[in-house]
Amino acid sequence: MMHDNQRTDVAHESKEAGNHLDGDTLSPEEIKRAEEIRAAIREEIEDEDAPQPEAKSEAEPVIELRDIYLAFDRPVLEGVSFVANEGETIVVVGESGTGKSTVLKLILRLLSPDSGTVYVQGEDLGALTYEEALAKRQCMGMVFQGGALFDSLSVFDNIAYPLREHTDLDEDEIEARVREKLQFVDLDPDVVMALAPSELSGGMQKRVGVARGLAANPQIMLYDEPTSGLDPLTTGTVTNLILKLQRELNVTSVVVTHDIRSAFRMASKIALLAEKHIVFFGSPEEMAASDDEYIQSFLGGY
Amino acid sequence: MIAQLNKAAKEKVHSIQEAFVLAVKAIRFIFARPFYRQDLIQQMDVIGVQSLGIVVLTGFFTGMVLALQSAVQMQRFGATTYVGTLVSASMIRELGPVLAGLMVAGRVGSGIAAQIGSMKVTQQIDALNVMGTDPIKKLVTPRLLAAIIMMPALTVIADVAGIFGGGIIASVYVKLPYSMYWGTVWDQIANGGFILTFIPKDFVHGLLKPIVFGGLIALTACHFGLRTTGGTEGVGESTTRTVVTSSILILVVDYFITQTLLAVLG
Repeated sequence: MMHDNQRTDVAHESKEAGNHLDGDTLSPEEIKRAEEIRAAIREEIEDEDAPQPEAKSEAEPVIELRDIYLAFDRPVLEGVSFVANEGETIVVVGESGTGKSTVLKLILRLLSPDSGTVYVQGEDLGALTYEEALAKRQCMGMVFQGGALFDSLSVFDNIAYPLREHTDLDEDEIEARVREKLQFVDLDPDVVMALAPSELSGGMQKRVGVARGLAANPQIMLYDEPTSGLDPLTTGTVTNLILKLQRELNVTSVVVTHDIRSAFRMASKIALLAEKHIVFFGSPEEMAASDDEYIQSFLGGY
Repeated sequence: MIAQLNKAAKEKVHSIQEAFVLAVKAIRFIFARPFYRQDLIQQMDVIGVQSLGIVVLTGFFTGMVLALQSAVQMQRFGATTYVGTLVSASMIRELGPVLAGLMVAGRVGSGIAAQIGSMKVTQQIDALNVMGTDPIKKLVTPRLLAAIIMMPALTVIADVAGIFGGGIIASVYVKLPYSMYWGTVWDQIANGGFILTFIPKDFVHGLLKPIVFGGLIALTACHFGLRTTGGTEGVGESTTRTVVTSSILILVVDYFITQTLLAVLG
């Protein structure tokens, strides 16, 4: 109920903004096409994976945000809650500066909420000590907006970093793992391994970032604007990569993006963040079908 | 207006508090596993070995100008034989540590601040955190330790270069026999008195200071580096702040160390 109220508030406020965008709204054909793509992908998943998704309706939540309040100089999040079940991809969308990336920092406990609780794999992050939080992060892989590769290290050493830090793997095993991850992100290990991050293109840096995030075989992957600043073709590649991860490794993912098209392609659920609240949380189909004005104007903006 | 001042003052206090917390953590991590030996060796190379050139050069010319100036002044009293004494005392006690400190602050402090600052703005610090590494342990502690180890070494080299430079001027310009110059240099070190019967007091002054300066430079640079915000512009700002702050700190702290040591050692 509360959420409904908030949603209409926001919708009301954004009416003016929405009006001049009316001409730009996603056309019915486009929505139809997006749904077709999604249906095709779904089929593909089910073909390969046996029909498991339905059986997982009782899956336990891997990530849960409960009634989060957070303020810096001014409030950023107010009463934000959502749940990500195992194998789901939650895509958090919203306008710039609405605290989308903050959500990821909360899950990683790089930030602590003013009130409310973040649970990861059933553990209350707020109850962990600093060292325990560092250890907890090892079950999560994060892909940063700009890649955030260590520019003093080669591509190989970047991907090997989490392994050298936290595992007892010997150098041969590490190399095998690095090659495996590079191949997973469609990069030729022999070509890129010895290069410095600065010698790679933006798309390649992002893929190396994904490989590094995957290196320690995490159960959770977090992505901060994985497609921003990429051309449409590379955007597609990266989006496919995230889908492939979800499909082949059953990792739970939280993706923060403002790229609504790729959001529609990869999301199990979409969370729309606006004015400090989650004003919509549901499947992409539900989002497309919503007649809420703010949601429609948001979709139309792309 | 008052609110603004209030806010600025609060930020300053907060920053100083953060610097102290950083110092405590970084020092504590020196003794805690895992040890990043590779990073330590690399930093010792960057901070120590690569600073050798400028430190030798500054020391050498400072020693020369010191000999030249003192010879001119001492000529009036016919005391030019004491050039060695003066060069040795000032190089070892003050100029060696301070000049090496200022050079390292400019060369290494700025480098550390720029590197850590750009790691901060490109989210590499976050990436470290995310991968379960404490950035203070990984980045600050090796730099702190490397600076504390290498600064005394650099200072000794600057001292030696300075005394040699002074010697050249003394023999070429003041026409003092070389042996006489070195005789007065040794006399000064010996006459200054000893601690524990064999450590010259000059050396205590000359080696305690660079240890403190090394720590100050590394911590200041890491502190401003880690606080960097606002993209590339922010990196520039952090770098400038580091050089200015650590230079001032070196000069101020030098005075207080000298005063304390003179009072304690006599």
